[in-house]
Amino acid sequence: MAVAGDQNIQTLQEYMRGLKSTGAPCSHLIAILHKTQELYGYLPREAMDEIALTMDIPRAHIWGVATFYHYFNLTRPGRHSIALCMGTACFVKGAADILEAIKNKLNIDFGETTGDGLFTLQQARCLGACGLAPVMMINDKIYGSLTPEKAVAILDDYASREKKGVLHTGNV
Amino acid sequence: MKQMITIYVNDKAYQVESGQTIMQATDGIGFRIPRLCYHPKLSIEGACRVCIVEVEGARNYIASCSYPVNDGMRIYTNTVPLRRARRDIVELILDNHPDDCHTCERDGICELQRLAYSMGIRRRHFEGEKKNYEKDLSSISVIRDPNKCILCGRCVRLCSEVQHVNALGYANRGFQTVVMSAYDRPFSESVCTNCGQCINVCPTAAFVEKNYTQELFDKLNDSSVIKIAQVAPSVRAAIGEAFGIPPGQAFEREVAAALKKLGFTYVFDTQFGADLTIMEEASEFLERIQGNGVLPMVTSCSSAWMKYVEQFYPDLLPNVSTCKSPMSMLSAMAKTYFAEKIKIDPAKICVAAIMCCTAKKYEAARPELMVNGLPATDIVVTTREIAWMIRSAGIDFLHIEGEDFDAPLGLSSGAGAIFGVTGGVMEAAIRTAYELYTGETLIDIEVNAIRGFQGIKEGKVLMDGKEIRVAVVHGLGHVYQILDMVRNEPGRFHFIEIMGCPGGCIGGGGQPYAGSNSVPLDEEVLQKRAQALYGLDRERTFRRSHENPHVQKLYKEFLGRPLSSLSHKLLHTHYTPKEPRGIITREQTA
Repeated sequence: MAVAGDQNIQTLQEYMRGLKSTGAPCSHLIAILHKTQELYGYLPREAMDEIALTMDIPRAHIWGVATFYHYFNLTRPGRHSIALCMGTACFVKGAADILEAIKNKLNIDFGETTGDGLFTLQQARCLGACGLAPVMMINDKIYGSLTPEKAVAILDDYASREKKGVLHTGNV
Repeated sequence: MKQMITIYVNDKAYQVESGQTIMQATDGIGFRIPRLCYHPKLSIEGACRVCIVEVEGARNYIASCSYPVNDGMRIYTNTVPLRRARRDIVELILDNHPDDCHTCERDGICELQRLAYSMGIRRRHFEGEKKNYEKDLSSISVIRDPNKCILCGRCVRLCSEVQHVNALGYANRGFQTVVMSAYDRPFSESVCTNCGQCINVCPTAAFVEKNYTQELFDKLNDSSVIKIAQVAPSVRAAIGEAFGIPPGQAFEREVAAALKKLGFTYVFDTQFGADLTIMEEASEFLERIQGNGVLPMVTSCSSAWMKYVEQFYPDLLPNVSTCKSPMSMLSAMAKTYFAEKIKIDPAKICVAAIMCCTAKKYEAARPELMVNGLPATDIVVTTREIAWMIRSAGIDFLHIEGEDFDAPLGLSSGAGAIFGVTGGVMEAAIRTAYELYTGETLIDIEVNAIRGFQGIKEGKVLMDGKEIRVAVVHGLGHVYQILDMVRNEPGRFHFIEIMGCPGGCIGGGGQPYAGSNSVPLDEEVLQKRAQALYGLDRERTFRRSHENPHVQKLYKEFLGRPLSSLSHKLLHTHYTPKEPRGIITREQTA
C-alpha cells in the first residue's frame, strides 16, 4: 500500500478521479501509467496497486501493459540517465568501445542502475548528432567525439560534482 | 433472423448462416479445421495461425477462427501448399518447445502432441531457440512452467473471461513474452484461487497440478501408518474418461475397490462428509432465518470460491456458512470419532482425499482446519493423479470387481452424490431443511429449477407458508452478478450456493483432460457427468442426508446434535480477508 500522505499518490489519485467516470477504465490505463512515470520517474509497484484498486483494472493486466512498452521503467532510475548511442554512425566510430569502458567503470549493463543510484545506462538508436559520433547524452546534455578515456572522465566529473553536492539531478 | 448464404468449401456448395466465422460455418457442415488457440467459450485470439484456410481472392492464408463468411466465398481447407504451411506453423511452435515428451506430465494426453501428429510432422526441419525459465513451484495447487508454454493464451482468457479472477496476464513482448501473474511474483502470492481451470484448457504442460502421487505411494507402503482414503462424488463421475470410457458412466464401487487394491486400509466416502455438511448447514440456515442471522447465507464447500470470497468480497464473509467442506468434515471425523473407535493415535493416520479439484490441495493446507494440532487432510490428489496411480500400480480398473466403501464413514445418501453438480448442494440442503423446519417429508425432491447449466439459477421453496428464495451460481465469472444483487437488495435471497468451477465439481480443475473428441469445459461432457451423479442419487435407498443411518449414529455416539459445541469445534471454521485484494471485473479487460 502507498504511504499515507505520499504527495505523488495523492496527485495520481486526483488524476484518476477525473478519468474514472468516463468510459471503460482500461482505456485510460496508458495515460495513467504515463502520469505515474512522470511523478515517480518509474512505475512503483505500490502505484500500480493503487491504479488497480482505484480503476478496477486487474494487476496482471497492468503488469502486462507496463512490461510491453519499453518506455516504462519498472525500477527506480538513477539520478543521471546515460543514453549511449549505438546507431550506425556511432557504432562505426567505436561506440562498442565506449560501451565497454562505461560498463567497466560502472559495472552495469543497458537498462541497469548503479548500486549508489547515481547512473542508469540506456541504449539510444540515434540521437541525431551523427556529425559528433560517437555520442552519448547524459540527462539532456550531449557529449560528442567520445573516446573511452573521455567518456570515463565525464562520468568521473559527474560523480565528483555529486559528492560536492553542486549538481542538480537530471531526473524527477 | 439469420440470413442463409452460399459458401463453397473445396468446390462444393453449402448453405450456411451469415454472420459466422469460417470455422463456425465449416464446423457445422462436417469439417473440423485444425486449431489450437481457439476455444468456443473464449474470445477469439487469432494467435496461433494453425486454423488457416485458403480463400479465393485473398492475398494470404486466412485464420478461419476470426474471419467471417460471406456469400459466394470459395474456401479451400486442404490444398497441398496449405497443408505445408499449416505443418510449418505447428513445427515452428514445436521448435522452441522442449523436446522432452517422454518425461512430460502430459505425454500421451497432450493437445500439441496430437496436433503435431495430425499435421504429419515426422521429421524436424528447424532448430529453434529454447526458452529457459524457472518453474514456479510456489503454489500448493498449480504449477506454472513457462518453458512448455506456447502462448496460445487460453489460460489468460479463461482466467479473465470465464473466471474473472485475472490472476494471469502476458508480460514482456515478442520471444520474451511469458504468461505470469502480476509483478512476476510467485503464483502463491497472486489472486489465483487454485481452481485449476488453466490446467484444463492448457494444450501442453505449461500448467499442471502439483503432484503428490509419490508422497502417497510412500505412505501406502509405510506399514506404521493407517491409510484412509476419501473420494469426492465427481471423481466417480469422471474417472472412467481417464481410462478411455466415454463420459457419463459412474464408477463408484470400482473406485472403492481400486483404492483398496492400492493399499488403503479404509476407504471412506466424501459423500458421507457431504451428508454431514448438510446436517450442519441446513441447521445453520434454519438458525439464521429463525434468529435474525446474516442472510442470505452462502455455501462454503468450494475451495476456489472460498479463496475468491476472502480476496474479492471480504465484506461478505459474514454471509458465508461457517461449515467446513465435506472433505474437511470427513477428515476431522476420521481423526477424532473414527480414531477413538479403532483406538489409534490420530497422528498415525494419513487421510488422503481423492478430489476432482486442485483447490482442495490449498484447502487441506489451511492452518485453521487443523484438528487437535494435526492437519485433518494429509494429502490431496486429483482424479487425474489417482487414475495415473491406479494404472501405474498395475491395477486393471476396467475389469475390477466393485467393493463397498467402509463403515462408519462410507455410507452416503443420494443427496451426498449430487453435491458434485451445480445446484446439488442447494437441492440436498432443501431436502433436509424442509423436513427439519416443517416436520414433514419433502415429496418432490428433485428441484428442477436449480438443475442445469445456466450461470445463475433461481428457485423458491415454500416451507410452512414461508417463501424461501434460493439462487445457484457456478463458475467464478458469474459470482459478481449475484453478489451485486446481494449488496443492492439484501432481502432478495435467503440461501445461495456458489461453486467455483463451471458445472460445479464435475467440471473441477483436477478432472481428466479432454480427449481427442472433446474440448475442455465441453458442456456435453459436463451434462453426462451430471447425469451420472443424478443416476446415483436415484438408485439410492436414502436420498436425504438426515436419513443416512451412519450419520444418525455419528450424532448419537459422538457429536450430540447439529451445531453442538463439539460440532462447532470440529465441523465449523472461520474465514479471514486475504491479500492481495482481488479486482472485480464486470466487463472484459483483455
